[in-house]
Amino acid sequence: MGGGTNSYQEIEETEVILLWGSNARETHPIFFHHLLKGVHHGARLFAIDPRRTSSVRWADTWLGLDVGTDIVVANAVGREIIAQGWHNQAFIDHATTGFAEYRHSVEPFTLAEAERLSGVPAPAIHQMAKAYAKAKTAIICWTLGITEHHNGVDNVSALINLALLTGHVGRHASGLNPLRGQNNVQGGGDMGALPDRLPGFQHVEVDALRQKFEQAWGTTIPPTRGWNLTQMLEAMGNRQLTALLVLGENPLQSESDRHHTEHLLRSLDFLVVQDLFLTPTAELADVVLPAAAGWCESEGTVTNSERRVQRVRKALEPPGEARDDGEILFDLARALGHDWGEFNAEKVWNELRALSPVHAGMTYDRLEKEHGLQWPCFDEAHPGEMFLHSRLWEQPLNGPPVAFQVVAHSPPVENLTTEFPLRLTTGRRLDDYNTGVQTGGFDSPLRRGETIDLCPEDALALGLTDGEWVRVVSPRGAIDAPVRLSNGLRPGLAFMTFHFQDSVNTNILTIDATDPRSGTAEFKACSIRVEKKSL
Amino acid sequence: MDIKVRGPHPTEAERLAVDAVLGQAVSAWAGGKRDLGREGRISLLGGSEARAERHLLLPALHAVQDRFGWLPPGAIAYICQRLTIPPAEAHGVATFYHLFTHQSGAPIHVHVCDDIACRHTGGLDLLAQLKQQHTGSKVVEIHSSPCLGLCERAPAALVLRSGKIPQGCAVGHATSDTVAAALPADTFPDAGMDWLLATVPQQGQPGADLALLTRVGRGDPASLADYQATAGYAGLRASIALGGEKTIAEVTTSGIVGRGGAAFPTGRKWDAVARATDPVRYVVCNADESEPGTFKDRLLMEGDPFALVEGMTIAGVAVGARQGFLYIRGEYPLAIRRMQGAIDQAVAAHLLGDNILGSGHDFHITIRRGAGAYICGEETALFNSIEGQRGEPRNKPPFPVLHGLFNQPTVINNVETLANIPLILRQGGAVSAALGTPGSKGRKLFCVSGHVARPGVYEFVFGITLRQLISQAGGVPGNRPIQAVLLGGAAGGFVGPAQLDVPLTLEGTRAIGASLGSGVVMVFDDSADLGDTLARIAAFFRDESCGQCVPCRVGVTRQEELVGRLRHGQTIGSPADELALLEEIGQVMRDASICGLGHTASSALQSALRLFGPGILAEKHA
Amino acid sequence: MNEPEMWYKAPPRPTLIPLPPVRATKPQVELTVDGQTVRVPEGATLLDACMERGIDTPTVCFHPNYTPVNVCRVCVVELEGARTLVPSCSRLAEPGMVVKTDSPRVKTSRKMVLEFLASSVDLSTAPELLARCQEYGARPERYGPPAPPATDRDSRAAGHHHEPAGNEAQRVAQPVKIDNGLYIRDYSKCVLCYKCVQACGDEAQNTFAIAVAGRGFDARISTENAVSLPDSACVYCGNCIGVCPTGALMFKSEHTLRAQGTWDETRQKQTDTICGYCGVGCTLTLHVQDNTIVKVTSPADQDITRGNLCVKGRFGHESIQNRGDEPELPA
Repeated sequence: MGGGTNSYQEIEETEVILLWGSNARETHPIFFHHLLKGVHHGARLFAIDPRRTSSVRWADTWLGLDVGTDIVVANAVGREIIAQGWHNQAFIDHATTGFAEYRHSVEPFTLAEAERLSGVPAPAIHQMAKAYAKAKTAIICWTLGITEHHNGVDNVSALINLALLTGHVGRHASGLNPLRGQNNVQGGGDMGALPDRLPGFQHVEVDALRQKFEQAWGTTIPPTRGWNLTQMLEAMGNRQLTALLVLGENPLQSESDRHHTEHLLRSLDFLVVQDLFLTPTAELADVVLPAAAGWCESEGTVTNSERRVQRVRKALEPPGEARDDGEILFDLARALGHDWGEFNAEKVWNELRALSPVHAGMTYDRLEKEHGLQWPCFDEAHPGEMFLHSRLWEQPLNGPPVAFQVVAHSPPVENLTTEFPLRLTTGRRLDDYNTGVQTGGFDSPLRRGETIDLCPEDALALGLTDGEWVRVVSPRGAIDAPVRLSNGLRPGLAFMTFHFQDSVNTNILTIDATDPRSGTAEFKACSIRVEKKSL
Repeated sequence: MDIKVRGPHPTEAERLAVDAVLGQAVSAWAGGKRDLGREGRISLLGGSEARAERHLLLPALHAVQDRFGWLPPGAIAYICQRLTIPPAEAHGVATFYHLFTHQSGAPIHVHVCDDIACRHTGGLDLLAQLKQQHTGSKVVEIHSSPCLGLCERAPAALVLRSGKIPQGCAVGHATSDTVAAALPADTFPDAGMDWLLATVPQQGQPGADLALLTRVGRGDPASLADYQATAGYAGLRASIALGGEKTIAEVTTSGIVGRGGAAFPTGRKWDAVARATDPVRYVVCNADESEPGTFKDRLLMEGDPFALVEGMTIAGVAVGARQGFLYIRGEYPLAIRRMQGAIDQAVAAHLLGDNILGSGHDFHITIRRGAGAYICGEETALFNSIEGQRGEPRNKPPFPVLHGLFNQPTVINNVETLANIPLILRQGGAVSAALGTPGSKGRKLFCVSGHVARPGVYEFVFGITLRQLISQAGGVPGNRPIQAVLLGGAAGGFVGPAQLDVPLTLEGTRAIGASLGSGVVMVFDDSADLGDTLARIAAFFRDESCGQCVPCRVGVTRQEELVGRLRHGQTIGSPADELALLEEIGQVMRDASICGLGHTASSALQSALRLFGPGILAEKHA
Repeated sequence: MNEPEMWYKAPPRPTLIPLPPVRATKPQVELTVDGQTVRVPEGATLLDACMERGIDTPTVCFHPNYTPVNVCRVCVVELEGARTLVPSCSRLAEPGMVVKTDSPRVKTSRKMVLEFLASSVDLSTAPELLARCQEYGARPERYGPPAPPATDRDSRAAGHHHEPAGNEAQRVAQPVKIDNGLYIRDYSKCVLCYKCVQACGDEAQNTFAIAVAGRGFDARISTENAVSLPDSACVYCGNCIGVCPTGALMFKSEHTLRAQGTWDETRQKQTDTICGYCGVGCTLTLHVQDNTIVKVTSPADQDITRGNLCVKGRFGHESIQNRGDEPELPA
């Protein structure tokens, strides 16, 4: 099961926080409130980020690594902890396997070597290793700075290894917490919107689990996992996939390498888009199904980053012909020959509860009264789990031990060259969201439109001034954007968002190198050059 | 902290002025030069480290005001960057104090006292005269000021000269000529010895029994040798020999209580701090003497500064504090100079600093300067002011002995209290305890001003009556009858001619419903317009309320309006209704305000109304 | 976790439900409130004790999630042995305390505080406070007719002020500040409860765009040098609006509807749902009038938001509302 191991409240009480590849101050503002409570209570905050962001500026220590060297730093922290004897041998012996291999694998990552590869001064890595290992409680949080890489899964494993090494998991105020970038990403996973999972994280390739669903649904389920997004795009490319139903996504703008994505979508035989808005993707569709807004025009549940299942409720009548997603899907099923009856969100939910043990105890009534419940929640008397993996501390160990994962450093796919000498990394800003479809509608006084952020040194070297429009070129394409000088960057590092795709299409630049295991693209690292525009 | 500083860039001069007090900036993110070689990948100043600099805000603002005569926005923005202070909060702090100027103007600021002691002795005329004289001046700006603590030499003015070498001086018996003479650089009319002597009329008088004031006007206040030659530092040596616990016992034995007005037993305060579990403790000396009519603390600092340093040092060593703060009101430039001189000499002589007199004890004293806010004399407001916050009092409990400065256990004592300490340690607490009355032990300083022949600071063993004190001060000039005496300052109350035999002890004044307060004895003869004095007191509280709590913020405003109505005979309801309303306003301020300012903001007015009836407010037409 | 086998099998159930470390249960404190014995846990305030007894206590500056600033003084109670009244919101209960909440002193103080507020502040959008004024018999008219609005409040210096004639009651009345499209600031309605400063500060948002400036009756909530919000550090989270007890801070949408006379709370429905943006899961309370979101708040008693939101959650609903204006599908 994938999910944040701790509750937000726990970060208020932890001693050390590692905020890794996350500008939560702007991307998860309310989570950051909890984090700052922790800081005000005396927690030491380490921020690991190539940019000196507004989150970083709260940190006691900043590790400004090069983009894509997270494994280097993590392994060096691991090595330093082992070298100094700060690791929790008792926990390692009790609850893990593969420590010897891990120790062997991190051996080359000396502080000096890590400094050479990542750029982070050795003392800072040492400091973080010491603080993390010696703390009674410590939490690692990350967001897309870790996952949006061609080796995002390895990045995550490198962080998990640190928690296993020190025993900072499975305890109150100690754990590992990915912050979900989008509402209900967690819930999508909960509900089985993963290539290999049925609802409740039950693996489709485990016969007993699959058969349980087959029995309940009176149908056969393909016994092998499906495609992730990368594989789907590949399948479109070789015509294995020819019809697509897109629900509430805008892949044309959100996927890397826009030209390529557009080509693939156009090559489909049949494209259906179900969305609130007539997005650029929807404009390519054969059929558009206008949908009601899940968060305010329909009933249901979502799951947040602390695994809390929460009720969404209908506050507005959807406009025009827009309908509840569930109703649309029920109608589609009916049209395909399966009558599921009248759509009712609670009935669907109760069906899930019957099939997914981790959701079994969450009645609508309880979700209402208890302001949501955190999975796993096995029965109606179960309060839900505040933090996960407490079993690792049980004597004797309850269940199988957890293995260290040996991970190797693998730099970003796209090397910097003389032709493309700048590293472009992407992210979000506070008042905007993803491709700007939803946030574009409100009059934010903070909004300043898309910019290509450069450090003053690079701008000077290129003869550029603040606000000047430039041409940004990557091996895949070129766009125009105004320059914004940012002190949080250093030479060779550039930053853009992808909030303003209608005017500045950042994802024309980004690379579609993806992690085959997660299907996530390397949005965080491509190479570009910036050209002065001739007048 | 991701503060947003959007102010203009500082000029080079502004940067230098701030750096002069804060030192060089270590990080580009704290206003320094960008050097990616040093901080391209790490932060040179960590988040919590940067946030801990906040307490330097007031010194930095002073540095800018001193240099430019106002607070240019670029300089404020630079301070915010340097100290990681959100600009809105810096603005909130800067606008709290009336010695800070927010618009560019003249380099020299002259503050002329129009408060209760000065207004009837030429202060108002002087103010009008100077304002007229300097209308449109680009060099001198005239401000009216609350009490400058120079009541024995009324009328008073304060000259603050900004520039590369900022200077301040007080002008006593001020006239437009003496003020003009004090405008050029390097003129210090307050620096002489003659006025020191004059301020202690008892000095050299036969039969005068001076202990606290014995050195004032005789020894050179800038000389450590003079101080040591007159039993100076015998107290500290005795204290070190005794050790902390026994030192506190001596203080307790002496029976001394706080001389700032609250009369809390000093020994108990010290004991509580010494027993606190938290090892980080502070000693704070409250030298924000701003109660109208009070000037004894100034005199002690100007005339016998080492005694205060010694007293603070004994306190620090006894309670186990390593750091002391001496918070002096910004209107006392000479006291600040003398105290800094004394501290520097004491440090050089190993009487202060690390390993004092080889005892192994460390104690340091830092001077903090107020910037014009009566409320900062309230102890918790003073803590906030030192911490770089607005000088708003905190609610009590918790009390300073456990949660004081920087939320640490803190001894806070008034100057006069601490000046008693060397004496107590030198002579033994029992000697002091034997003096005075059972309810008021030891010696007390009185600030006598107004209509008396010899205004000044008087020292007596507790027990002297008001009549005796006035007579010691030469009585009322021209033998005019006394109309009233203000005891305890604006926060105190009036007594009438029938009450002159009250013993000036804590219990004696309490028995007649008055209070000794800070020792103010301001005499008004029958010619005085008490209604005007009361209106000024009402205005004073309207000016000086911090504005935090509703009863005081609105109460002082409504009280002043009501005094205006009664004074001009323009009542809204019946006069009886208005008086009842005035009483209710006083009651809610007394009952529900956060701090002593609100509690006492109506006391002088109410006491006068009780003594003289509402007619006292009516405008007098000469 | 990453054990390969665990991709297939759900991890076993923990034997015990994971809970935070057990904290020693706090001893109970017994005190007397209005003659009745009350027991509250150590660390509870007198206000907690009053609530325990069901004693209705007025508050203005108190916010259950914030450290009490105890500035409004309307919650004062009489504590035996104390020289002055004490603020119940911040005074901790101690064993043996004897507290009175209905004594004449308490009633007078509360009445006067309310009267002071009503005579100096526009309470027209603070119905709860107006009701309290009535309950305690506040008569703000005793201070004379209201003084006209002032335009210089943002620049008033500390210290000497212009002495009032006294024939009219000074107020904080001043022009409304409308400097952005999201929310307005009408400081004529400001009771200076400090809650917005706390919300913007370290109690929640940690942006510190506003602070109290000036002194005494001229104290006010201000940005640096009173610049407009777009020139300040404001990030438009609107958490200040969420805690404002008087409507001094208000959604522009509400302000506009009120100005048009079409704001009608009886026609509004409040629905709790979850914000559709990032994955934190903030509860939004949507205030809907005529199928339009007119205001967004968040419940203060839920642990994720504690009443706080970010700019997207608070204001980012326009695009949902504007869908009616979408162009027709291409033919």
